[in-house]
Amino acid sequence: MAQVSLRKVIKKYDEVLAVRGVDLDIADKEFIVLVGPSGCGKSTTLRMIAGLEEISGGDIAIGGDVVNDVPPKDRDIAMVFQNYALYPHMNVYENMSFGLKLKKTPKQVIDQRVRTAAGILDITELLDRKPKQLSGGQRQRVAMGRAIVRDPKVFLFDEPLSNLDAKLRVQMRTEIKKVHQKVRTTTVYVTHDQVEAMTLADRVVVMNAGLIEQVGTPNDLYHSPATKFVAGFIGSPAMNFIPCQLEQAAGALRVRLNDKLAFPVPEGRSSRYSAYAGKPSLVLGLRPEHIAETRPHTEPNQHDFEQMIEVVEPMGMETLVYFTINGAEVCGRVNPNAGATAERPMKLRADLSNMHLIDDTTGKVI
Amino acid sequence: MANAAIATAGAPTRPARYGSISQSRRWALRWSYFFLTLFAIFFLMPPFYMLVTALKSKEEIAAITNPWWVYSPTLSNFIELLTQNQYLIFFRNSALVSICVVVVTMLISVIAAFSLARMKFWGSAALATGVFLTYLIPDTLLFIPLFKMMTFVRETTGIELVNHWWTLCIIYPTLTVPFCTWIMIGYFASIPKELDEAALIDGATWMQTLTKIFIPVALPGIIAATIFCFTVSWAQFLYPLAFTTSTTELVLPVGIVTTLIKGDVFNWGQIMAGALLGAAPPLIIYAFLMDYYIAGLTAGATKG
Repeated sequence: MAQVSLRKVIKKYDEVLAVRGVDLDIADKEFIVLVGPSGCGKSTTLRMIAGLEEISGGDIAIGGDVVNDVPPKDRDIAMVFQNYALYPHMNVYENMSFGLKLKKTPKQVIDQRVRTAAGILDITELLDRKPKQLSGGQRQRVAMGRAIVRDPKVFLFDEPLSNLDAKLRVQMRTEIKKVHQKVRTTTVYVTHDQVEAMTLADRVVVMNAGLIEQVGTPNDLYHSPATKFVAGFIGSPAMNFIPCQLEQAAGALRVRLNDKLAFPVPEGRSSRYSAYAGKPSLVLGLRPEHIAETRPHTEPNQHDFEQMIEVVEPMGMETLVYFTINGAEVCGRVNPNAGATAERPMKLRADLSNMHLIDDTTGKVI
Repeated sequence: MANAAIATAGAPTRPARYGSISQSRRWALRWSYFFLTLFAIFFLMPPFYMLVTALKSKEEIAAITNPWWVYSPTLSNFIELLTQNQYLIFFRNSALVSICVVVVTMLISVIAAFSLARMKFWGSAALATGVFLTYLIPDTLLFIPLFKMMTFVRETTGIELVNHWWTLCIIYPTLTVPFCTWIMIGYFASIPKELDEAALIDGATWMQTLTKIFIPVALPGIIAATIFCFTVSWAQFLYPLAFTTSTTELVLPVGIVTTLIKGDVFNWGQIMAGALLGAAPPLIIYAFLMDYYIAGLTAGATKG
């Protein structure tokens, strides 16, 4: 039993509020990822759970007990750091067994646990090596092994993959997921990489400026973002935001992007949106994959339009096209064979069934 | 040097097999060898002169011969020094004082540096600066107030602190602790913060973090500080001159000067022999610990 709960947690550095009242409940065995841009308070939140930072207000509970004033060693947590933080003068075995030795665990138990963890992480043959003889990926495994042997209530990961090169990062991401499937322990994972967040998490917590923007499953966040920030942060390439107006024409709602371009709002959404008709500072949010090349047959809510393409970026399995509507740069994902050419007009198709309407004054998705 | 310069300048048609980088590197090397040789000669001259004089007999020193050469080498200076004089007592006193000072200093400064560098507490930054400022006050200004303090202790408690070799074990750390603490603060500060956080999470107390993580990782720094501390206490002249007077309480530098110079009679042969023998311990320590001095133990702690 190791739920973690945060109640109105605040962190103040002198006069600066780094974390401004975070409420979060993490279930037992859940894999939670805190994600957000740098300076959003995600690492601070993690360090407060670890006990490395004192909290300025609120409560943190691990397994039902409030741990506000409990030192890190008594919180029964294990942490993996971005720069691994392996003890350079100890070999891998000593690194992994250090915590258990301090707890005066019997030698056989230590040995058995270290070997089991080494087996899980596939580092048995590295046990005699010093950290400087290991590659980045191996060091990261050892850092994870050091956490696993302690058999803690909660695993804390602080951007563990940020120091690895791109290829290794993808590999280790899968590795972490596998380890979590084998060793089901409540995990809090901090990253600024939304791809890591999406792929690893049971639930993702998007943070911005010291506050939680939204908590939800990766699919929830992707398909139903609550705010413009979440909509823009999750997904790559990012969601397009185009300033627009909502107009009532002939009994139907239309999203007007500029003089020439206006799309009818999908039927199911009219009632939700109608109150915003004629109001200023609305933004249409549409993901790049919902702007594609035109096709012969039309589905409901799909609308063709023609635009001058400005930049073409071939990615292999798809091609990204960029153009401007109403002063906003818009990205679309088209078939590589669709013949997209820079500085030539192209017939495109917008799929409005996945559109989002954002009130730019509040930043909320309507 | 000049020949080489002319040779290079006179061969502009040489095939451009070597890049200009290796060209300039070669020149840089030549200059560095030139200056290194110059400095080596400059700094090795006095010890060489010491050695030459120590091997001469009294008569040869007094005679007008080539001062840079020994015509009839003899070990008589060394033998007389080691058998007739109190030289061995001075040597023992120096050794005891230096070892005590090193132990006391390292105990204080490692712990002080650790707390100042890592355990952020109110006023720790001001204290760290204070420690450094203490070091900036020269010892020539400090020995009078220190002497006053010693006499004050005698007047109030009756404990005689002046004229004992062990008093120096209390006085030298006023010089060595600030500097060693400063070196160690710098060294500890270079150890990644995650390392002590990891230890903290692993369940280590502050003291365990210091003994099991910081001291082993900062060993090169600790050895550097130890060497410095030993050298300072071994070579200290002013404090023992002021605080000790009896021949049984003297340390080497003062002992040599006070017993081998009688009025205006300088026993040069023995002075040089004594100084030469006295310079040996620091030399041996440097020779053995030089590798540690340079070794970078932190490699591999974090991203490499």
